[in-house]
Amino acid sequence: MYSEKVMENFKHPKNQGEIKDADGIGEVGNPVCGDIMKITIKVKDDKIEDIKFKTFGCAAAIATSSMITELAKGKTLEEAKNITRKDVSDSLDGLPPIKEHCSNLASEGLNKAIDDYKMKKKE
Amino acid sequence: MTDKKTIYLDNSATTQVHPEIKDTILPYLEDLYGNPSSIHAKGQEVKKTIDNARKQVADLIGAKETEIIFTGSGTEANNLALKGIASKNKNKGNHIITTRIEHKSILNSARWLETEGFKVTYLNVDENGTVDINQLKEEIRPETILVSVMFANNEMGTIQPIKEIGEFLKGKGIYFHTDAVQAAGKIKINLKELNIDLLTLSGHKIHGPKGIGALYIRKGTEIDPMIHGGGQEKNIRSGTENVPGIVGLGKAAEIANKNLESNIEHLTNLGKKLEKGIFKEIPDLILNGHPDNRIPGNVNISFKYVEGESIMLMLDCEGICVSTGSACTSKSLKPSYVLDAMGKEIVFMHGSIRFSIGTFNTEEEIDTVIKTLPTIIKKLRALSPIYNKD
Repeated sequence: MYSEKVMENFKHPKNQGEIKDADGIGEVGNPVCGDIMKITIKVKDDKIEDIKFKTFGCAAAIATSSMITELAKGKTLEEAKNITRKDVSDSLDGLPPIKEHCSNLASEGLNKAIDDYKMKKKE
Repeated sequence: MTDKKTIYLDNSATTQVHPEIKDTILPYLEDLYGNPSSIHAKGQEVKKTIDNARKQVADLIGAKETEIIFTGSGTEANNLALKGIASKNKNKGNHIITTRIEHKSILNSARWLETEGFKVTYLNVDENGTVDINQLKEEIRPETILVSVMFANNEMGTIQPIKEIGEFLKGKGIYFHTDAVQAAGKIKINLKELNIDLLTLSGHKIHGPKGIGALYIRKGTEIDPMIHGGGQEKNIRSGTENVPGIVGLGKAAEIANKNLESNIEHLTNLGKKLEKGIFKEIPDLILNGHPDNRIPGNVNISFKYVEGESIMLMLDCEGICVSTGSACTSKSLKPSYVLDAMGKEIVFMHGSIRFSIGTFNTEEEIDTVIKTLPTIIKKLRALSPIYNKD
């Protein structure tokens, strides 16, 4: 049912955990299927220097979380904001149609973390 | 392809065909190809075997062979029971009582009957998954024509008070159907001691082949056929008989009956061992279903803070096959309606795993599962944003 890339990212997720003194935190949840995702970022010179995730959810939720941290790491905030659900899904060689919403959750989580950083910066 | 290392603990989904059954079926895929409806010798030699299989199935549940109708599946038998009784008895009333935790073949038949003008009451269950018999007593109306309550639940294994329900319905002119697909071969069922009018069985849940089921219909029961045709199966289920399937179900029933006591003991021992082992090794979990009054070999556990599909897939990577009530594996993306009916917290519903042990499982396999599982749960909890204990 899942691609090899999804299974690989599920079994050996990258960047798992939580940055203790994070510059931005994005927490998102999908009440429909019960996935909860927390993304923490460290920003330096407008770039995502470090990024970590924690996810409660199915294999697709964990794999998309892992993939978005990979895609966002080292990118400028602007570039990171432009990562779409399709980018996440494509990087994983696609997701089963019923699991597409999981890729949405990942990009939503990253966006929230970036917004959180920008808001904190303004204060 | 069979992998020697696979540990199959999903016997409530389906079972491995018993090797003896394979040998029993084989001649019916070779020389014994006759149509049992044919009067000639080629047909009649097969007819005898079908009658024998009917006797084998009847013996498993304490029925008479004339009361067994073969169907294409347990699902078809459940459809026949509900729709056939409703259709034939609609002049007597239009009310049916069932439960919220039935198999989908009962629930969706009931929902369809609602669109045809029938009224259906879906009984609640308590936190152990036992049906509320007092609610059943209150819901009985003059228009009630049928009560359908499963013998044991497929997800969390709770055995229902079938004897009590039968006693209560005695003499009320209301038919009583029970779906015994999960109970057969794991619980002693003796229809001589139970007031049941219709009972569903399935071949592949008792180490028989797929594509064969049976409906016990007590003598005198008024029921309409749902499949019309050449009048096979006493005109209740037309269609040329699935001879290899019927022979296979008959043999499966015979073996299940012969080994019933030792099988119950085997499943109970392995189930208890697994349950104890998991509870000893892993914190923050609950057993779903009734603590004692459950099908032997069914262990359904919710692991807090982690999601069921993830656990299932991690186990699969280790060659261990189980199933989950998690939303993420259902087509609707909704968690188990059975656990929902039992009032489980959402965080527990998402992390439920069903281990269903079968005749062919061994103690060593259970040991392997107990050894493998803690690492998986630990790994997933470390990933979980709602787990803050480390």
